[in-house]
Amino acid sequence: MITLSAVDLSLAAGLVLAMAALSWRMQLGLSGQLLIAGTRTVVQLLLIGLVLKALFANVDLLWVTGISLVMLLAAGREVMARQQRRFTGWWGFGMGTGAMFISSFAITVLALTTMVATDPWYDPQYAVPLLGMLLGNTMSGIALALDRLTTTAWQQRAIIEQRLMLGAARLDAIAEIRREAMRSGMMPIINSMAAAGLVSLPGMMTGQILAGSPPLEAVKYQILIMFLISAGTGFGVTAALWLASKRLFDDRDRLRLDKLSGPRR
Amino acid sequence: MVELERPHMSTLNVIDLRTHERGPYSLSIAPGECVSLRGDSGSGKSLLLRAIADLDPHEGQVLLDDMPVTQFTAPQWRKQVALLPAESQWWQDEVGAHFPIEECSWFEPLGFGTETMRWQVSRLSSGEKQRLALARILMNKPRVLLLDEPTASLDADNVITVEKLIEKYRCDTGAAVLWVSHDAQQATRVGNRHLQLTTEGIREDTA
Repeated sequence: MITLSAVDLSLAAGLVLAMAALSWRMQLGLSGQLLIAGTRTVVQLLLIGLVLKALFANVDLLWVTGISLVMLLAAGREVMARQQRRFTGWWGFGMGTGAMFISSFAITVLALTTMVATDPWYDPQYAVPLLGMLLGNTMSGIALALDRLTTTAWQQRAIIEQRLMLGAARLDAIAEIRREAMRSGMMPIINSMAAAGLVSLPGMMTGQILAGSPPLEAVKYQILIMFLISAGTGFGVTAALWLASKRLFDDRDRLRLDKLSGPRR
Repeated sequence: MVELERPHMSTLNVIDLRTHERGPYSLSIAPGECVSLRGDSGSGKSLLLRAIADLDPHEGQVLLDDMPVTQFTAPQWRKQVALLPAESQWWQDEVGAHFPIEECSWFEPLGFGTETMRWQVSRLSSGEKQRLALARILMNKPRVLLLDEPTASLDADNVITVEKLIEKYRCDTGAAVLWVSHDAQQATRVGNRHLQLTTEGIREDTA
């Protein structure tokens, strides 16, 4: 494996700086954002590198659990921040976080105990990256699906209520909207599974190959990860949509859009 | 023409209903009775109908033949206490997809034929939509009809057709009808009794 030196990274950073300078010349207004994002990448990744290094040196279930919770809460915050109209109160955060907890944690533990079969099962070298990939993808899926559900329900209020007036139960009144929301949550992972290898080399596999793994080993890991992600995203989106659909109505099957906040900004 | 089984007669009772910080409203409609409801725009007529149909949170009691709304599931209640809103909504491409079965016995008296089921919703006029919306709620055989300006978008001939049809349905089934209308003449024509909605509540309109 070829280790990267500080000079190598500086050369790459120079490219970003050049792009920032170009953006400044062209008055694109992107240079500030680009530099801040680039700095964040360096700081955040160095920090997580140090954390992982410490974690790998002291294999301890308590530490692994701790960092998993931090990752979960960050992902939950991210889901909430991406909602055009979020649920008011604790639900805005709890819905996505709860759904991610159920799906990502269950699937990670299942994978660690049966498929990867590390010893101990919570070995952070496997547990943390695996959970990270699952959380990251489930997060995107849930954020997309919830946003689709709530904004469509808001726009189609009259239609949903018309169906309720005709005697439809709440889940029937939003059946199509739920289906559409489920589709938008699942589409990214389905697309990346379909395009894997043909259009793009998945990032994880690329990383393993760069690090010197035999290509077929990397491929097997990538297949495992893709399957875990699609199952995790599917279960997570299903759970989030189930909770959200219940929450959009009350116990008398009335559409309660007052439980959603106004549009952002 | 239209064959109807006769369900038992239905009385609607509304007692001290409060919704959206309005009310309390009380009213009672006997079986087979049509009561007109008038009131200034913004006085809350539509909100009152929505609360009776249990579409909005409310306090107070709504009873159908002395059975409170909570004794029914919400879909059961809304099938029996049917609200026809001023503007109907259609969410599928074809008219027929909005009907539970392929045949609607109400099409003929409203001036439609069996081919209407194949019509595209996007090509319906507002009057056609309104008449089809009436046929659609009658398919549920409601025991109470809550009509929110049902003829506002209709021409004079169709106004008479719809008024006659609702009267026939009411007499044949013993359904109770609450009819919101802006038109004083229509209110007199269709209503057995007349109510006025004010900020203080509902009062009998004897004029």
